[in-house]
Amino acid sequence: MRSRTVSLTKRGFDFETFMWLFTRLSALAMYLCAFIGLIGALIMGARTQMNLADLIRWSFMPDSNHALLNTGNQIAQPEAWMTLFWKVMGVIFITFATSHGLHGLLNVLEDYNSIPWLRRTLRILGLVLTVAMIAIGIYVLWTS
Amino acid sequence: MGLSRNVGLIEGLRYQGKGPMLTYVLHRISGLAMVIFVALHILASFISNQAWGSSTGIFINSIYEHWAFQIFIFFCALFHVINGLRIVILDLWPKLIEYQREAIWLEWLVFLPIYSLAVYIILRGALGG
Repeated sequence: MRSRTVSLTKRGFDFETFMWLFTRLSALAMYLCAFIGLIGALIMGARTQMNLADLIRWSFMPDSNHALLNTGNQIAQPEAWMTLFWKVMGVIFITFATSHGLHGLLNVLEDYNSIPWLRRTLRILGLVLTVAMIAIGIYVLWTS
Repeated sequence: MGLSRNVGLIEGLRYQGKGPMLTYVLHRISGLAMVIFVALHILASFISNQAWGSSTGIFINSIYEHWAFQIFIFFCALFHVINGLRIVILDLWPKLIEYQREAIWLEWLVFLPIYSLAVYIILRGALGG
């Protein structure tokens, strides 16, 4: 079986194609964020034997309220990890995760729904929800 | 854009797509689960910072710290992450799509050891003390 591909010039680069590509590339970006978080957690927990749950929590969301303060004082100086760098990493992760996730949710909804006005309403609702959830996420991250 | 559907839910459920179909279904379910629960988790953290909703927020977040929920959400996250990497690689290099079934076997081979290790550690912490 040979795989067939249509070149981009023949298919046209519309919004749906852009979002298709964005879903793939944001997945790769989140992989990069998680690996940077994992490296940070490994450095942080090297001398204090950080447990697996904290390691995973920090990899997915590098925020001191999310990983370090929940499970006791395992880290000698948690303040040393509350830096601008990790806050920016968290903001990047939230932005990619929310837009990736809510676009996926819209994708699934549109697969099972063929009513034009409902599709349009859900798209607008999805866009509003994406902006709102990114804003709330950044607020929680920055004020915690 | 074709919006009409000529397959109902029952016919759809009877379709036997085997391994690739299973990953497709699990990818959708785990993605939806993560969207819903992570959004709720962020909202709970948001209202637990406010004076008017702190007990509700802390109650919702205490569900997320339960070991049974962590086993469930870690399945969703890990499966979605590993299956997503397969989709990204096969979609960005379309020539590799001929090896899709081998890729799915490889995917389970990566998923099962990591997931069983994590479940073992979560259960040891939850039940063993």
